Amino acid sequence: MVTLGTKIDAPTTRGPVDSRGYRIFRVVNTVVLLGVVVVTLYPFLNIVARSLSEEAYIIAGKVTIVPRGFDLTAYKLLMSDAMFWTNYRNTVVYTVVATLISIVLTTCYAYVLSKPQLKGRPFLIGVALFTMFFSGGLIPNYVLVTSLGMKNTIWAVVIPNAISVFNLLVMKAFFESLPSELEEAAAVDGLNTYGILLRIVLPLSKAIIATMVLFYAVSFWNSWFTAFLYIDRQDLLPVTVYLRNLIAGATSAESAAADADKVQAAATLQAVTIVLTTLPILAIYPFVQRYFVRGVMLGAVKG
Amino acid sequence: MTSTLRPPPPAPPSSPQQAQSPAPRSPRRRRSWRQALRRDWQLYSLAVLPLLFFLVFRYLPMIGNIIAFRRFKPGGSIFGEYWVGLRYFRMFLSDPTFWEVFTNTLVLGTLTLLFCFPLPIVLALLLNEVRARRFKRFVQSVSYLPHFLSIVIVAAMVMQLTSIEGTANQIVSLFGGDPVAFLQKPEWFRTIYVSSEVWQTVGWGTILYLAALTTIDEDLYEAARIDGAGRLRQTWHVTLPGIRPTMVTLLILNIGSFLAVGFEKILLLYNPLTYPTADVVSTYLFRMGFQSSNFSYAAAIGLFEAVIGLILVLSANVISRRTVGTSLW
Repeated sequence: MVTLGTKIDAPTTRGPVDSRGYRIFRVVNTVVLLGVVVVTLYPFLNIVARSLSEEAYIIAGKVTIVPRGFDLTAYKLLMSDAMFWTNYRNTVVYTVVATLISIVLTTCYAYVLSKPQLKGRPFLIGVALFTMFFSGGLIPNYVLVTSLGMKNTIWAVVIPNAISVFNLLVMKAFFESLPSELEEAAAVDGLNTYGILLRIVLPLSKAIIATMVLFYAVSFWNSWFTAFLYIDRQDLLPVTVYLRNLIAGATSAESAAADADKVQAAATLQAVTIVLTTLPILAIYPFVQRYFVRGVMLGAVKG
Repeated sequence: MTSTLRPPPPAPPSSPQQAQSPAPRSPRRRRSWRQALRRDWQLYSLAVLPLLFFLVFRYLPMIGNIIAFRRFKPGGSIFGEYWVGLRYFRMFLSDPTFWEVFTNTLVLGTLTLLFCFPLPIVLALLLNEVRARRFKRFVQSVSYLPHFLSIVIVAAMVMQLTSIEGTANQIVSLFGGDPVAFLQKPEWFRTIYVSSEVWQTVGWGTILYLAALTTIDEDLYEAARIDGAGRLRQTWHVTLPGIRPTMVTLLILNIGSFLAVGFEKILLLYNPLTYPTADVVSTYLFRMGFQSSNFSYAAAIGLFEAVIGLILVLSANVISRRTVGTSLW
């Protein structure tokens, strides 16, 4: 791995004095963890450097994490491709619509499942849980979606994966943790179930809903296979499939190894597409990371 | 909130068969159902759309698997035309390619389990020993990052890193070797696949362990120290038993998805040159279905895969309940 001599010593020592062996371990540990950081970040830096480099330097195998021969041609090339922007817009539209549908369905069902006294509740939970361990499989799903006439429509992308059982369990666990007195009081005041959900429960659940929106949005933003499977028209594809087609083309070109220039142009273009597709996620990542962590742990309690 | 993966004690009877039992047989039962409906119809109404979703997009495809036993015509009935019995199953069981991809699946699944299951535990233990808060948070944030990337992006990164002029070959030539077209070589595929899985999943995998680690009672460490246990023995006798329920739960889940090894990633990374090691059951099924239009044959393979997955998860669950007392439900 990487040898970085930096060592970060803890500012305070608590408890009994550490043994010599443990002090050595702490230094090694810091080095190992820095190694993990470097290995994790390297591919990102490499891609950014490649996207900004001149092709000649990439061909010569000279690009690592510093751009060589600063060059924005590939960015200009991609930015002027109308199809890239069409597909990028599709990704945004699909993500927004799919997340909306998913949130509504998941919230409704999770709320129902969180009512301990409800008759038939174990059955309703079982319906969802069973799908975690057994699924119909690729072919029957494809046959179904096709026969519903959803091919080449937005619905093929947004409906078949509308409810994630994991997210459902996270929300259910959260609703169960809410004090029931509030809802009972609201019921006494004459609010019906819908009113209680909309005016009492949801305002208390802003944090969990934000987490769920993030969970769903990221998974829909990143998804490519459903679109790849159900959408043939290029102007309806999301940007992930645009990138997939780009790399699929590049590999076949590479194995042919005929036109070296074209391969390299494709490599830079790939790097640029990766950068532009990842950018939104990287931009929000520092702010949303803790919501994800919290959501995962909440799910684990009842998972 | 930050509790471990403990089996929920008042476990809801989660198997549908068991839950279906309130069949409207006895009149008393029926009356109570009518009461429940009258009292809670608004709640039930909220469940209608989600139930419809599960019914149509989860359970209908399960039933749709009967095309594995029937002749299927594209464009015809989604349940096929006429019965052919176990013909398609016999076909793939006697198909040498199937056994080749089955072996590949087992090898890739085992390798993934071998690396992607223990490494998050190791990383979590290492992070747990860090005292500089800021540094710990920084390492965590960075290591979670790959989890948020699309598989397409990960695959594209892998391709760039392993390309002729990429980083991997820069290292090779640093040691005086000749550039290798890694993704065209069957002998390299497993290494590439497993490393990219490790890169993408290990950091995120630590979250549950780190949460479990915070719930371990400090007094246990104190007691171990008084008994003269060093750091290593404290880890062995206190820390590891403390996160065992989490470990077992995640192991069961990992075993359940054993056969479904990274279908999407392999689909993006493999090519005919690497089929000898890269082709797995799910990708073979995909090609049979969509490139050879042999839907019934592919459905038969898919059903086989799903049933084995279910059996694996159920038996892992039973074994762990009998041996260590932890189970999913």
